[in-house]
Amino acid sequence: MIYLDLFLTFLQIGAVSFGGGYAMISLIREKALLYGWLTEEELLNMIAVSESTPGPIAVNMATFVGSTQGGMLGSFLATLGVVLPSFVIILLIAALIGNFLKYRGVQAFLGGIRPCVVGLILATGLTMLMSTLLGFKTIGERLEIDVNGIVILGLLIGISTLIRKITAKKPSPILMILISAGLGMLLYSL
Amino acid sequence: MKDCLLLFLTMLKIGLFTFGGGYAMIALLENEFVAVRKWLDRDEFLDMVAIAESTPGPIAINAATYIGYKLHGFFGSLTATVAICIPSFVIIYGISLFLDAFLTLSFVACAFRGIQVCVIYLIFSAGLKMLGQMKKTPFHLFVLGVTMIGMILSSLFAVSFSVIFFILISGAFGLVAYVYRSLCQTRGDKKDDLS
Repeated sequence: MIYLDLFLTFLQIGAVSFGGGYAMISLIREKALLYGWLTEEELLNMIAVSESTPGPIAVNMATFVGSTQGGMLGSFLATLGVVLPSFVIILLIAALIGNFLKYRGVQAFLGGIRPCVVGLILATGLTMLMSTLLGFKTIGERLEIDVNGIVILGLLIGISTLIRKITAKKPSPILMILISAGLGMLLYSL
Repeated sequence: MKDCLLLFLTMLKIGLFTFGGGYAMIALLENEFVAVRKWLDRDEFLDMVAIAESTPGPIAINAATYIGYKLHGFFGSLTATVAICIPSFVIIYGISLFLDAFLTLSFVACAFRGIQVCVIYLIFSAGLKMLGQMKKTPFHLFVLGVTMIGMILSSLFAVSFSVIFFILISGAFGLVAYVYRSLCQTRGDKKDDLS
């Protein structure tokens, strides 16, 4: 049943994703591809929409996947699922445990997770890069290189480095998304 | 009641005006709750940030629940959490209804192919930024390397090995490393006592 699947999947995602929105992407990608809720392209579109609209990225993604799979009720249940573990855990900490970070064991556990999350984000970026720009997901598939995509990636890296040199600030994700939309329209419609 | 309404409206405003996720929201929360309204003092706020970042789930939700509880107990936390979700939920639900139709326009589809590349770029720059801030002890590099290689191999060979296992195993490994280190230390101390 789709409603139960949505709720339980996002409950899992909310319960084990440490490190905020980007860290959550690897888990959402795994579940969404597994259930066939989204293709890689749809997932990337959705992340872009979540980045360019206000609010927590995780809530945005849950609402979006829920809505495309199960309408209003689906989006409500997915959002509830992703929020519930946070709510319960924080309530327990605030009401009963106090500052749990003072325990050495907790520190050690989190210390192990931190590098893992960085690894997950980088590996997810790499697999997405391979499947979108080189066109292969698993060994044995033929390469289908997207030259325009590689040109856009190169230009984005160049532009962001340039903006950082000039303004001494990292360009905002929304600015980069707008630039890439322009580049996409230019290159892919030719 | 009136306080809860004010909390509700404040959180609603923050949910509506933060772009870019949890870390952007922390700055707005600080401005609103510490500087303007003085509902929390600075130390309390910093404790809250540390807790919100180290518990699972969206950082913004963790922060809202915590602040809500500190201000008005259980109802405060419920109010704050619901309020911070409402703008996201309404906006994204609206977009999800017409995004597919919007994507059938060919120039929009082209724009989104460009945007897809940008998202990959954004994921990499987020990952690289976190890599820069990470401690680089052999332990950290080992966990990072094993996770990356494991993820990429399982994707290449289409083996399903959930991200959840990577996270839990790494946490357990952190605990084991800690226990091992403290055992070595106590043994070292005992040796010092004997000699």
